[in-house]
Amino acid sequence: MTTEGNAADKSGPAVANAKGAVPTSSHHFFTISEEAPLTLDSGPTLAPVTVAYQTHGELNQDKSNAILVCHALTGDQFLTGRNHLTDRPGWWETMVGPGKTLDTDRYFIICSNVLGGCMGTTGPKDIDKETGKPFGLNFPVITIADMVRLQKRLIDHLGIEQLFCVTGGSMGGMQVLQWAANYPDQVYVAAPIATAARHSAQNIGFHEVGRQAIMADPNWHNGDYYSHGVVPKRGLAVARMAAHITYLSEAALQNKFDRNLQDRTKVSFGFDADFQVESYLRHQGSSFVDRFDANSYLYITRAMDYFDMAAEYDGILANAFRGTKTEFCIVSFTSDWLYPTTENKAIVRALNAAAARVSFVEVESDKGHDAFLLDEPEMFTTLGGFLRAAAARRGLTSPTRGR
Amino acid sequence: MSGIRSDFPVLAGMVAPGARVLDIGCGDGDLLDFLQRERNIDGRGMELSQDGVNASVSRGLSVVQGDADWDLADYPDGAFDVVILSQSLQVLHYPRLVLEQMLRIGLRAIVSFPNFGYWRVRWDLATSGRMPLTSDLPVPWYDTANIHLCTILDFLALCEAMDLRIEQGLTLDRKGNARPIGANPGLANLLGEQGVFLLQKR
Repeated sequence: MTTEGNAADKSGPAVANAKGAVPTSSHHFFTISEEAPLTLDSGPTLAPVTVAYQTHGELNQDKSNAILVCHALTGDQFLTGRNHLTDRPGWWETMVGPGKTLDTDRYFIICSNVLGGCMGTTGPKDIDKETGKPFGLNFPVITIADMVRLQKRLIDHLGIEQLFCVTGGSMGGMQVLQWAANYPDQVYVAAPIATAARHSAQNIGFHEVGRQAIMADPNWHNGDYYSHGVVPKRGLAVARMAAHITYLSEAALQNKFDRNLQDRTKVSFGFDADFQVESYLRHQGSSFVDRFDANSYLYITRAMDYFDMAAEYDGILANAFRGTKTEFCIVSFTSDWLYPTTENKAIVRALNAAAARVSFVEVESDKGHDAFLLDEPEMFTTLGGFLRAAAARRGLTSPTRGR
Repeated sequence: MSGIRSDFPVLAGMVAPGARVLDIGCGDGDLLDFLQRERNIDGRGMELSQDGVNASVSRGLSVVQGDADWDLADYPDGAFDVVILSQSLQVLHYPRLVLEQMLRIGLRAIVSFPNFGYWRVRWDLATSGRMPLTSDLPVPWYDTANIHLCTILDFLALCEAMDLRIEQGLTLDRKGNARPIGANPGLANLLGEQGVFLLQKR
């Protein structure tokens, strides 16, 4: 599996002294061997574990300009530029690039596929060395903290003692919080976006609908569809359709589709996709199954459901951040009902209670949860200002690359 | 970018070096920035407008978007040495509750406000028979954010009712000249454009 991808380079990314010779973006794999396996929250250890990651920009001499971006449930390591596995554009083109908020001319930006993912990092579709067959449901149940443990190994491997920033939205924001709680000295600033410190009953409920849809698909074969040569496409598509609604807002759906009909002038008195919104969701579902592994969906949604940062701290979230020197900037969106402002403010409140340095804004947007992926100038202004001020404090004054 | 208001030095005089400070309604962060430079404080801010938060954050300040009427409840007891409410008491829905919250989360509170008892204000109202317009109260009644205006005597009565200890009480003119309120609060109420108070719970 470690040879997958067209830009595999085990030597790790180059440092910024060979200006011009270093490509600005590159794709890599790093593998944890059996000598130092990954210990998981659920008990077992896992090895070998491969992590697929992409980097953008150049690491400076002090290795002080690294930003780790943590991706969301169905995201991947391809932040910007072409995803060579799916031939789609990167998922955070709005945020990452030369001169953008996460400025690749200034910062060295790392994004890795999460543990349990299906874009090159070890997950349920990969070969279990015990059986010689894909893991399927033999893959251990993982947690957000496990994902972060793997990222920590990668950051150690890259020789980065302290990340300048860890950021991400949604499940990415959960990883940011976990990073800040577990490795406070390795995180200079943290910017969790549109996230929560625990999954609510509603969050878990929606995920359970998705999982049940996958498991109800006869092609799922108790997770062993790999050996049957089939894919539980219908179940995964339904899971995606239901989830996609939660990423938008009522206003966004209404403005985009209202009750408009799809390629027809009257309803068909049948169960075709009469309405544009149906057609749109069916497309979201069917295009998703081509790029995402159904078992990865089960495992990663489970990891999110198990996420409850306060649980390890006697139910007091503030205790997760006691004594932290990390500075935080939290952003929520008014129309996000998946990880609403109240959940983000609960994090702010906990950080206040821990006397941490925290900034917070609620961005006005009708785009729902997905706003964090979209062109939201106020979000860029807030985060850009936060990062520039932090960079100045850290002495990251000059770009690593001329433009 | 930074503007130093004439009352900043007086406010700074009430803040001990290195203090943990919360500035409520911090705007662009001018006062926090001033106190960081002059008093080396560990500062935080709360601000209603996103523009204000963005401006503050981009100069390296830690500011949360929030509404003083509701969001002070999010801070733990005794989180700050000083909580500052400068020139915003009169825009709050619940000034008394906010004052209580300030002295719950802070050991001390600094409150400044335009004095509605100032002689020019009184004169304006008395002679024109209409809501006063002065340099401290420049917006007509229908557009003003000021919904809870008070005089220095009113504020002293509130402190009395809340059993607060006034460590310092000053009046300020527009140039920032401070005068202690002293033994004749009625006179201060007539001559002071603004009131500034350093408060503590008894």
